[in-house]
Amino acid sequence: METQFLYTILILALPFCSFLFLGLFGHKLSHKVAGLIGTTSLGLVFLLSLYTAFEYFFGIGRNVQGIYQALVPYNTTWLPLGNLHFDMGILLDPIAVMMLIVISTVSFMVHIYSFGYMHGERGFQRYYAFLSLFTMSMLGLVVATNIFQMYLFWELVGVSSYLLIGFFYTEKPAIAASKKAFIVTRFADLFFLIGILIYGYYAQTFSFSFVETGSVREFASAAFMLPTALFLMFIGGAGKSAMFPLHIWLPDAMEGPTPVSALIHAATMVVAGVYQVARMFPLWIAYAPDTLHIVAWVGAFTAFYAAAVACAQSDIKRVLAFSTISQIAFMMVALGVCMPLPNGASPELIDHEFGIGYMASMFHLFTHAMFKATLFLCAGCLIHAVHSNEMSAMGGMRKYMPITHWTFLIACLAISGIPPFSGFFSKDEILEASFAYSPVMGWVMTGIAAMTAFYMFRLYYGIFWGTENKEHHAECHPHESPLAMTFPLLFLTAITLVAGFIPFGKIISADGLAYDFLAHFNWALGAKSCFIALISIGLATWIYKGEKQPIADKMQNAAPHLHRWAFKRFYLDEVYQFITHRIIFKYISATIAKFDRKYIDGFFNFLAWGTHELGFQIRGFQSGSIQKYAFIFFLGALALLLVMIL
Amino acid sequence: MNFLSIFVLIPLLMLLGLWLARDQKSIRGVMVAGSTCLLILSAVLTVLFLQERAAGNTAEMLFTASFDWITPLHIKYSVGVDGISVAMLLLSSVIVFTGTFVSWYMNKEYFLWFTLLSAGVYGFFISIDMFTMFMFYEVALIPMYLLIGVWGTGPKEYAAMKLTLMLMGGSAFLMCGIFGIFYGAGGQTMDILDIAHQQNGAHLIDIAQQHIWFPLTFAGFGVLGALFPFHTWSPDGHASAPTAVSMLHAGVLMKLGGYGCFRIAMFLMPQGAQDLGWIFLVLTGISVVYGAFSACVQTDLKYINAYSSVSHCGLVLFGILMVNQVAATGAVLQMLSHGLTTALFFALIGMIYGRTHTRDIREMSGLMRIMPFLSVCYVIAGLANLGLPGFSGFIAEMTIFVGSFANADTFHRVLTIAACTSIVVTAVYILRLVGKILYGVSTNEEHLKLDDAHWEERFAVICLIGTIAALGSAPWWVSNMIDSGVAPVVEHITAFAANTNLNPFM
Repeated sequence: METQFLYTILILALPFCSFLFLGLFGHKLSHKVAGLIGTTSLGLVFLLSLYTAFEYFFGIGRNVQGIYQALVPYNTTWLPLGNLHFDMGILLDPIAVMMLIVISTVSFMVHIYSFGYMHGERGFQRYYAFLSLFTMSMLGLVVATNIFQMYLFWELVGVSSYLLIGFFYTEKPAIAASKKAFIVTRFADLFFLIGILIYGYYAQTFSFSFVETGSVREFASAAFMLPTALFLMFIGGAGKSAMFPLHIWLPDAMEGPTPVSALIHAATMVVAGVYQVARMFPLWIAYAPDTLHIVAWVGAFTAFYAAAVACAQSDIKRVLAFSTISQIAFMMVALGVCMPLPNGASPELIDHEFGIGYMASMFHLFTHAMFKATLFLCAGCLIHAVHSNEMSAMGGMRKYMPITHWTFLIACLAISGIPPFSGFFSKDEILEASFAYSPVMGWVMTGIAAMTAFYMFRLYYGIFWGTENKEHHAECHPHESPLAMTFPLLFLTAITLVAGFIPFGKIISADGLAYDFLAHFNWALGAKSCFIALISIGLATWIYKGEKQPIADKMQNAAPHLHRWAFKRFYLDEVYQFITHRIIFKYISATIAKFDRKYIDGFFNFLAWGTHELGFQIRGFQSGSIQKYAFIFFLGALALLLVMIL
Repeated sequence: MNFLSIFVLIPLLMLLGLWLARDQKSIRGVMVAGSTCLLILSAVLTVLFLQERAAGNTAEMLFTASFDWITPLHIKYSVGVDGISVAMLLLSSVIVFTGTFVSWYMNKEYFLWFTLLSAGVYGFFISIDMFTMFMFYEVALIPMYLLIGVWGTGPKEYAAMKLTLMLMGGSAFLMCGIFGIFYGAGGQTMDILDIAHQQNGAHLIDIAQQHIWFPLTFAGFGVLGALFPFHTWSPDGHASAPTAVSMLHAGVLMKLGGYGCFRIAMFLMPQGAQDLGWIFLVLTGISVVYGAFSACVQTDLKYINAYSSVSHCGLVLFGILMVNQVAATGAVLQMLSHGLTTALFFALIGMIYGRTHTRDIREMSGLMRIMPFLSVCYVIAGLANLGLPGFSGFIAEMTIFVGSFANADTFHRVLTIAACTSIVVTAVYILRLVGKILYGVSTNEEHLKLDDAHWEERFAVICLIGTIAALGSAPWWVSNMIDSGVAPVVEHITAFAANTNLNPFM
């Protein structure tokens, strides 16, 4: 146990305490005090995370070979399960520490932002309590020492997401959306759980320290059990990370308050699935490389599907939601395209160059969290200003909200992959890994990157340029947001500006060895992808920038069905609606309930009725008339006599 | 006099006190004093038990005592506890204690029957003599009839009759089973431990006889444990029962079923359990899924909870039938967890019903704004019920699933996975319910005038939530305690059951 990191327990304990305190006594506090308690504890967590990262990356994180090692400052048996045990602890390794930074930064910014955004809302204290709960759970998830602890916190982030989506609990769409989010992810978690059970049984451990447990090797020989377990876990991750076809909850989750969307449904919780695959990555690469192809192609399809839908949405948060799905899918693809050494020299070693996808995935996770949070927080400012999510209520907003405008533009450039913003670097790594996997995948991903640039700038022009809704603006007087809301924007944008230059390859890699960033950076590819992104942006500018948009209308009219299908998200929600309401509720549940009442209950009622009737019939024997008794006596005597004679 | 007998003595003294009590205040005084004593006593017992175990006492049952009662029939009054019974006594005390506060405005006669019922429950859990156990079992069942029939709501006569008749039917099976075991084991003793360990453990009961008495005993107890298809008393009975009776019944009484199945049916007839357990395993598997799906379309709050109980109690029997130490520990944890959660649910339903005078979820909405305390607690109860980490349901379910999964054959695996699906369906009906009645805006003018919980209601609810959360966040000690009780039983079963493989699915 590395006791010098023992203080990391505080990273979990602080938000937990603030959750308990605000949850129990919040209603007695004023809004300001409650908000301050939540924000202060998160501020401390943020500082502690920075300190941990500093200590880890520049201090004792490296072992003598210069490879970052996994440290376990704390681990205890929480629930004994026979030979197995369910532990709770803290594990620090490069990806966990990186996630600590991501979560605490975005969460801290969202806490500050919410001061302005949620100002005067009913249930302000409850909101901060839930935010604390979420942050605690998410931090617990990333520092988990074993898969079961991850699952525990996984469920907790699910429920905090449920509570926060349904924050405005008097509104019907919010209730429906929160329910949907919880049930869909819970359905996926079922597979995760079964995966854990299989893994636990065969590996005889839940721990993440794969190397130390020799049983994994035996496990691998148990035929297809390990790939099955990993694949089931991936389904769980796909639910949380909104991979097709389990993505349907995420767009609806936008019913929650916008800062929540920024924190949970853009930056942190939705990448839990990617994180989970990355966590189990040593097993994937060593024992289930074939299953990894599925991860890659599911990711690629999701990325394409979500990008296509994003091109047709009119609600700004929906566009961002689909963009999130698409970007998370990029991270999944990056993990999926990592392959073991092709010549099979040593199946357990990851080829250094082939492992680049792993690094790219984590890099993109980091940069995406920052710029997507920025985009969502900008969207929050806009919604705050015009009281609507619809693009039609906006247009020409650049005049009213300069800070929002500039930060939004920078984040858009970053997500489109324009240098020198962070998204360019991380996306370029992903494309490189995809090309190394197969040229088809490489071109598919490049194409989707182009679509990304297109829909993001469609959104950008739709909000800040385009046709201004003058009537609406005269009514609601849009204006720039207060400092509590603009400061987080500026802060996160600043990170977006510089994050691309962080030497990520030095700190995170699949095999622990550092990448020399400059040496392997593919300039040709970078130039190509940048050029394609610029063309897409130009196209979007041409179509959407003007006051009048003849081309956009023409396009819509040229293919009305396609537009309609994309707008309706290819009717997937309707399919789900049909399955749940028609099949599960109407045919399964209702039938069972009816069967229970009619047949099972009916049988026991029949027994009771039968007994009653029998008694009623027999009652006749006790009539009280002597003649009848004598007659029966006579018959009985006769019968006895017959029996004796025979 | 052994100090375990105080568990029965206190309720008897409470009966006396209630009989003497003249006004509402003294009735409440007697009830609160008595139930507090019981709560303290079970806490003390837990501490003593853990100390004794820590000191290295590995006897199967601790604090045993035995007195001849009806000598010619070899009936004794024998008491003793192991980890399972200590956990159950603790559960009963918490439920009786909170149940007292929930039925604050009830009259003397009600409390008399209520106390008699709890005397039966305590007696059952401390007994290790089959006959005494059966007697206490009956003592716990009969008051139910009056409690529902007199103080119930809705079609109460029908419900009371149905519940009593079905449980009596179970008792009939059970009595046959118990006498079968008694004579099968030589007709010399009714003591459970003696029967199990006679002649160095080589079980005396003939295998052919075990095949007859095991299903009878198991089904007999199974009726009370809401085993499919003997569960239909549960929805009607719970729906009509007054609040605290529902609490006690679902919280503790249904646990008698699981406890008895484990302690008598399986422990004394290992071969029967080995050969015929699969039939019941399939039935419990059906219970788990069937109850959950049924709950999805119910419209009465109590029906939802009753079907949910069928599903969760199904998991209890499911866990013990796995004949696996981890799964059986999980089953006992599930007894605790389900007892507390369901009691909390029924308490809250009772409180809401007391205000709105309806339990139909279609007639309620937006209660969150009207009664925030009760609604928040309801959400917590719901989350605990669907197995949210931090509450007891999670640890119980996970222990059962991890344990069951260790039975590495297709038959057990398929059933385990089927049972796992219930966690999704549970989420569906809980969230549907919460969304319908608590969220949204109230459309009923009458409801706007309703008040939130009173102090005694708040106290009861907070106690229950506190216990559930404590169990769910620090599960290791109770898990270890239960494990120490389960281990000898499971070892006994596995040691004395030859694998004859009568299961056609394997």
